[in-house]
Amino acid sequence: MKRLSKYWFSLALIVIAAAAFAAAPVAMSVQVKNGQLRATPSFLGQLVAPLNYGDRLQVLEQQGDWSKVTAPNGQSGWVHTSALTKKKLVMKAGSDTVPTGASGDELALAGKGFNSDVEADFKAKNRKIDFTWVDKMEKIKVASEAMQKFLTEGGIQPVEGGKP
Amino acid sequence: MKIATPSRLSLIPAIATGALVLCVGGCSTMTQVGTSLGQATGFVSADQAASINKSAQAIEKTFQDITPEQEYYIGRSVAATVLSTYRPFDQQQANAYLNLLGQTVAQFSAKPETFGGYHLLLLDTDEVNAFAAPGGLIMISRGMVRCCHSEDELVAVLAHEISHVTLQHGLKAIRKGRLTSALTTLGMAAGKTLGGEQLGQVTEVFEGSISDITSTMMNNGYSRTTEFEADKGAVAIMKKLGYSPTALVTMLEQMQKQLKPGGQGFAKTHPSPEVRIAELKKLVGTTPTPVSAARQRRFQETMGSI
Repeated sequence: MKRLSKYWFSLALIVIAAAAFAAAPVAMSVQVKNGQLRATPSFLGQLVAPLNYGDRLQVLEQQGDWSKVTAPNGQSGWVHTSALTKKKLVMKAGSDTVPTGASGDELALAGKGFNSDVEADFKAKNRKIDFTWVDKMEKIKVASEAMQKFLTEGGIQPVEGGKP
Repeated sequence: MKIATPSRLSLIPAIATGALVLCVGGCSTMTQVGTSLGQATGFVSADQAASINKSAQAIEKTFQDITPEQEYYIGRSVAATVLSTYRPFDQQQANAYLNLLGQTVAQFSAKPETFGGYHLLLLDTDEVNAFAAPGGLIMISRGMVRCCHSEDELVAVLAHEISHVTLQHGLKAIRKGRLTSALTTLGMAAGKTLGGEQLGQVTEVFEGSISDITSTMMNNGYSRTTEFEADKGAVAIMKKLGYSPTALVTMLEQMQKQLKPGGQGFAKTHPSPEVRIAELKKLVGTTPTPVSAARQRRFQETMGSI
């Protein structure tokens, strides 16, 4: 009997520990150039605020592929989880604040590796490769209102993820 | 897939058992596993957690260490290389429609967010071809668009290319071992800006990677399995978006008529449409797609005379 109550006591402790662990907010970083915080978990949802590369967000809950987060400025909203990484993004390469010995699991250096310097070096060595149209096509951006209109006019009803 | 919220999870007795097993191995392990996996999956067994963590570390040192930002730079150079061989089709209305279609479709893919986003461009060639550079720069030939008789069929083509991006098929074409040397250089450089010699070394690996990807995309083609994966991805996107996936089958049937055996472009780099149709019919059946008048009108207006 005594042994049994001990078992229940241990189990209760574990449940409490697990609850505390599970309820703790998790921090994630924005890993895209231009992120968007939206009012609802949908790309057609109203834009609350833009998010910057490297912004650290507190994840409050998850719903499907979307995370409800609090942005650095305190605003809350939804962001698609593919825009986030669990790594901490250190923004400035060469900065003294980069902790030594930190593993790749924990942080990533923004601008590390293949970056604009490498691209410039590549361009210098391959002068026949022209980036003019790459820059032009990157400027073509479709607003979510235009997407919504396009879907509605075409009589397309997304099964998932498209409701505003 | 619906992931339970943390508060709901805490009530699941199973997690208590999981926590117990993890705590035996030390509570720091629990935190580590929890941080990496808890929020992503909600719950995993201790064995799964250990195995996932271990393989995650191994992959970290290879191409997975390529951040979305680096994938973006690779994609830019791949697209620039493609655009050095094929001239862009500089018609604003057609490219605007292509982007409206493609960027909307991408929102319903497995990876709607990439570092620089999805952007599309038409290529001025009769050759039937399409290219998806890492990160989301997608190029479609006029010849390819001519294989599509409706918006739904063009969506099918775009969904296939977008799937190549989300499944990182371009990055996977980089020769094994090539990145390891770059990572060694980068490891030595730590957080510092690369010096001349180191920059040269990294650029060399970068050039090699671009060449691996473009030669696969433009000359050798991906494996059959890779193409079927992209077809399956396309079907998933189309179902989610509310377009009928049979449009991919009807598009391939038209492509089959236009492709010359032994010809350039798709004929050279892709499994025959016939083979892909046979695979796809197992997934989507053969019910024909009803044509929407509104969609057909806007498709004809922009792509009808391409």
